[in-house]
Amino acid sequence: MPTETNGLASPLFSSDDAERSCSVTLQFEGQTLTVPAGATVAAALLLRGAAPFRTTPVTSAPRAPYCMMGVCFECLVEVDGKPGRQACLTTVRDGMVIRRQLGASALASPGEGDTDER
Amino acid sequence: MPKEEVIVVGGGVVGAAIAFGVARAGASVTLLDQGDIADRASRGNFGLVWIQSKGHGFPRYARWCREAIDYWKPLATELMALTGVDVDLRQPGGFWIGFSDAEMRAREAMLEGLKNTGPGVPYQMLDHAELKARLPAIGPKVAGGSWCPLDGHVNPLKLLHALHAGLKALNAQVFSSVDVSEVRHRPAGGFVVKSADGRTWSGARVVLAAGLGNKRLAAQVGLHAPVEPNRGQVLITERLKPFLPYPTNKARQTAEGTVQLGYSVEDVGFDDGTTVSAIESIAKRAVATFPILSDVRLVRAWGALRVMTPDGHPIYQESTSCPGAFVTTSHSGVSLAGTHAYVVGPWVAGLGPAPDAIEEFAGDRYLDPSRSFSNAH
Repeated sequence: MPTETNGLASPLFSSDDAERSCSVTLQFEGQTLTVPAGATVAAALLLRGAAPFRTTPVTSAPRAPYCMMGVCFECLVEVDGKPGRQACLTTVRDGMVIRRQLGASALASPGEGDTDER
Repeated sequence: MPKEEVIVVGGGVVGAAIAFGVARAGASVTLLDQGDIADRASRGNFGLVWIQSKGHGFPRYARWCREAIDYWKPLATELMALTGVDVDLRQPGGFWIGFSDAEMRAREAMLEGLKNTGPGVPYQMLDHAELKARLPAIGPKVAGGSWCPLDGHVNPLKLLHALHAGLKALNAQVFSSVDVSEVRHRPAGGFVVKSADGRTWSGARVVLAAGLGNKRLAAQVGLHAPVEPNRGQVLITERLKPFLPYPTNKARQTAEGTVQLGYSVEDVGFDDGTTVSAIESIAKRAVATFPILSDVRLVRAWGALRVMTPDGHPIYQESTSCPGAFVTTSHSGVSLAGTHAYVVGPWVAGLGPAPDAIEEFAGDRYLDPSRSFSNAH
């Protein structure tokens, strides 16, 4: 499993139909990927061999999608700066910027964007 | 089964802690646990190890709670050594959060009263700026808060697991899926406990720690335990990087990073479900308290039933008509776990003294027509 590189491995899955419908361009860890329109982020990234998707908060173990239906939370990624998004429930969109979810979700610094007028 | 057997009915945090105390005091103990169908508050509670606000109007209970705080570290240390389970005890102090000046004034009056009765629980009222200096994540709608350096929190599921593992390590007998239907005092002394499916256990002493089941069972051995269910709903967020180093009364970040958010107070009988309206109000309050939670994902919500007495305070009593039968019930089974193990366990086993003024906790107090009770949570 390519845990130490942002590069893509040989995908576990392929889809001839999907390849014909590739029309969406997104960024994954700084690389440009062309993926099928209408696909979920999880399916699109799996087609491109992008595993792991995340590392766990407690032991930093590498993880990849498992249930593909919103239940297991193994496919979490950062989408357009928002951490902890379920890739299997998110549809790809042109220009989307995706990063691996490393450990627990980060919060904005306490007080940030907080006008605090009382 | 040895004649001096102590039978504990109920394997939640109250029963398991008392049984653990019985076993470590050297008595032979059998724990009868109802199993997964139980209305088990131990699996749904918030996990605070809390002292501020406990015991208002009841100095003996205030002292009971104060002592329990000091028993916690020894209990966590002992469970870790015996079972290898780290219950994630943290006692860094804790905050209550207020949203209006009226709430702040009422809080201060209550805490000042508590400070001057019983053990003298230390506290400090903090205005918005003072609270913000200690909890930078609070939002502009927070009026202020109160601080108590003795408060803390723990993982209640790990506590329940550790107590059961500890019982196993001490060779206690634990039977699960036992729905106790009858507790009978034998004329010659001792007790026979019968389950709905016809199994029986006998012992010299019996301790009722069956939560909401105590109401029915206590009456069978001459005890009065008028407990009623009160529902609380709580939410759990996804795991987050640490941002909240102290527990607060309605939000705490666990050792693994999730944030537990509470809570509702609902009189809905034995319905332990969830409602959209309660989840919405809990989430709104959490975001008002800590605005940085607004984008965070919730992963679970649940309801659980508090075990409430008419005054919200616990019952501990030995039966006069059936000596050797005890009833124990508390809404604060987590905060009081150390006291239940180290004080109540030896007492009910007959191997330690009765705690002083324990009669103040007798369930008979609810039968006094000259007293009235309120359990505003």
